[in-house]
Amino acid sequence: MNSSVITFPGSNCDRDMDVALKKFGFKNKMVWHDDLELPKSDFVVLPGGFSYGDYLRCGSMASKSKIMKSVYNFAKGGGKVMGICNGFQILVEAGLLPGVLLRNKYLEFICKNIFVKVNNKDNSFFKDIKKNTLELHIAHNEGNYFCSKEQIEEINDNNQIALFYSDKSGNVNKENNPNGSINNIAGIFNKEKNILGMMPHPERMIDPALSGEDGSIFFENLINNLR
Amino acid sequence: MVVNEQIAIDHGLKKNEYKKICDLLERVPNITELGIFSAMWNEHCSYKSSRFHLKNLPTKGKNVIQGPGENAGVIDIGDEDAIVFKIESHNHPSFIEPYQGAATGVGGIMRDIFTMGARPIANLNSIHFGSPQNKKTKNLLRGVVRGIGGYGNCMGVPTIAGQTSFDESYNGNILVNAMTLGLVKKDKIFYSKAAGLGKPVIYVGSKTGRDGIHGASMASASFDDKIEEKKPTVQVGDPFTEKLLLEACLELMAGDSIIAIQDMGAAGLTSSSIEMASKGNLGIEINLNMVPCRESKMTPYEIMLSESQERMLIVLESGKEDLAKKIFDKWNLDFAVIGKTTKSKKIELYFDKAKVADIPINILVENSPMYERKWKKSKLPKKLKNKKEQFKNLKIINVLNKVLSNPNVCSKEWIWQQYDHTVMGDTIQKPGGDAGVVRIHGTSKAVAASVDSSAVYCWAHPLSGGKQIVCESWRNLISVGAKPIAITNCLNFGSPENQENMGEFVECVQGLGEASLYLDFPVVSGNVSFYNQTKDIGIKPTPTIGGVGLILNYKNMVTMDLKETENILLVIGKTEGHLDQSIFSRDVLNEKNGPPPEINLFNEKNNGETILKLIDSKFIKAAHDVSMGGIITALSKMCIKGKKGATLKKSNYLINQFEYLFGEDQGRYIIEINKDSLQDVAQILSENSVHFDELGTVSDDNLIIDDKSKVSIDDLIKSHTTWLTNYMNK
Repeated sequence: MNSSVITFPGSNCDRDMDVALKKFGFKNKMVWHDDLELPKSDFVVLPGGFSYGDYLRCGSMASKSKIMKSVYNFAKGGGKVMGICNGFQILVEAGLLPGVLLRNKYLEFICKNIFVKVNNKDNSFFKDIKKNTLELHIAHNEGNYFCSKEQIEEINDNNQIALFYSDKSGNVNKENNPNGSINNIAGIFNKEKNILGMMPHPERMIDPALSGEDGSIFFENLINNLR
Repeated sequence: MVVNEQIAIDHGLKKNEYKKICDLLERVPNITELGIFSAMWNEHCSYKSSRFHLKNLPTKGKNVIQGPGENAGVIDIGDEDAIVFKIESHNHPSFIEPYQGAATGVGGIMRDIFTMGARPIANLNSIHFGSPQNKKTKNLLRGVVRGIGGYGNCMGVPTIAGQTSFDESYNGNILVNAMTLGLVKKDKIFYSKAAGLGKPVIYVGSKTGRDGIHGASMASASFDDKIEEKKPTVQVGDPFTEKLLLEACLELMAGDSIIAIQDMGAAGLTSSSIEMASKGNLGIEINLNMVPCRESKMTPYEIMLSESQERMLIVLESGKEDLAKKIFDKWNLDFAVIGKTTKSKKIELYFDKAKVADIPINILVENSPMYERKWKKSKLPKKLKNKKEQFKNLKIINVLNKVLSNPNVCSKEWIWQQYDHTVMGDTIQKPGGDAGVVRIHGTSKAVAASVDSSAVYCWAHPLSGGKQIVCESWRNLISVGAKPIAITNCLNFGSPENQENMGEFVECVQGLGEASLYLDFPVVSGNVSFYNQTKDIGIKPTPTIGGVGLILNYKNMVTMDLKETENILLVIGKTEGHLDQSIFSRDVLNEKNGPPPEINLFNEKNNGETILKLIDSKFIKAAHDVSMGGIITALSKMCIKGKKGATLKKSNYLINQFEYLFGEDQGRYIIEINKDSLQDVAQILSENSVHFDELGTVSDDNLIIDDKSKVSIDDLIKSHTTWLTNYMNK
């Protein structure tokens, strides 16, 4: 299973993602933002970080990088693409996913463990995951997902919500919304469900010595589904 | 502009220092040269008041690869690995402009670390604010926390531990001390010593602007009513550029092109070029027209004194310019050959084809002033007689709740949740424990780090206080199962020209030196920050210690959260009930006098080493050092972390219950062990002559102190966690 992680200037979770993908059996390549062509890939990841310093708007400048044309074509051709945190922001800016990510409600960076409820398992990212909630980790300043009323209807109609912020037992409510996201949305798909963007970092939860292990469940399941 | 004495004084130089400059040069300096002298000879860069005393600190040890004198200290952690670390202050800029001041403090210390070839793997910070009631405190705290997060988060380096305190002595002068640890291979450490003649001198990173001019001089003066006017001396940080600079430098360092490298920190191009030349016993020639500038018409004076951030100076092997340029082009950073090394042993600057400065390096460095300032010795205050009748009206649980919600004891989660503490995927102990711990990527090793200071103890008796912080740092590392290796110090004091403040400095340093020598815990790097005062009033003496220790197998790391019901709790070390200067005395009894707790270095070392033995033998399930707030505060924190209760044994101690529970005697820990191992543990402790008491057992849900005193863990959590959040959101 060949994966590619794109490094933009200012990416800082690219190595962590590389470590995670390799741990679960991917043959991963790091791809420089200035390259024109993706190497042969079954899976492309836009990692977290502060691409271009988050200047202008998070993800905005990275979405215009040279490599993004190739990523765009790969995604539009049905290729599996995932954006984590800043990668999610880039996917949104590139027009591959609907909506925008605003500053967190309390205008503070948040770094902590959270729970997410898996909303849609009918896709290669979450198919066969037995748990209904996962404990993952967030670390962001702009994770407050927002979109128009029409868009949210469309997202709901197409079952595009991947993850909701929730409590441990999967209750989705205001108390468990860390950043003010509309409807507690933590991650979404495109209509075809081959593109996933999410704020939580599964790559930080792949070892019992770290914050937790639910990231391992995610990656193990992912590589099995992509095979 | 013709330089005269008044202009020199306006630059922060003293009359006699100006005279010395003229004598050494045998002429009057021009304005650029005067600027260079003022930058090199201010307190911040020259250590003119502190050098005399710092030389007595123990700086050597079998694990020390590099002690003070370089950009940072370096220690050996086995195999091919070394840790580079240092702490530095950014106090004055942070008070003037909290966000940028704190952000560039973090940026500056990280640059010191990767200048030596190390990739930063952990950040820590120690921040001190005025009283919570002071109207500036909240905004300063918010700004500083955002600044630290804004920079560190963007760099992708986890902030793994820290310390925050509030005290009215910081009302007009907050402290922001930032520490970074970096990882490097032992044979790939880079130094700042230039070598070889005619080697190209390269400027890389951001462009030079007019920000931060005279920053270092500002940091060497006291605040007065006109601090607002000093805002332009605060640098502006760009963490994105620093992230690129980090990656570009490490890429260049992978090869063999670099002879010497120095970051442009305090006093920018001036101190970096002079330091490299001085260490190499060479001269340096720079064409200032080649320096990439952000603004037009910058003068040689401004270029030399700018403290624009994210810049580096490199002496390169001849012929490697193209290769190096390619790397910096890839990362979109400025790259310019601005000069060369010479045999003149002078710094020679050219601008518009004219020579604008010509100063022998040794005049600037070796001949810089050094003062043996007058200082006043502190007496050990008399121990106060506790008025037992004062205790009669106190209820233990009320006092405990008050202590746990004290601003200096309460949970600082509101702060560290704003710092990315998990990026890089190796943080195995997060903020909120005794020490932060990160794994050495891809190995079974981990390093633990902690920052500590005890300004109240240092204020009450500097010599004891100086010893105490080193011991506290040592205990924090031991508590997570790390073998303490070395420390870095950030010495924050008032004016060295004030005999009392200077006395505090001298005796704190003495205490610090004694403890670090005894514990074989040498000082490998550090920084002195004087003039932390507003008008004539100095802050409480606040030496901050950053300690680093090694855990050989990270799976043996210990945390403080209570693990299992019915396990036994022991207090290691003797409890005598010292209340003077304790949080109980100061905040509950409102008694600010008396001596700080005594330090017994033998017990510190013996207790700590014995705990490590117990950890190695896997007897310890949880451990926590006993510090501010005494046994019951320490135990409460263990309960809170583990969401477990504890039941204390019926007391058989002779001292008063408040003295026993809240006394701040040193050299103590609380450990949790399995009840089946009590006999073995007791035997090891006795064999090593370590005093211990049985404190009680782990239970569910409640902390039960005696028949009358019981509190639920939920209530303890509430007391501990709400103060700061409420304060900040009010």
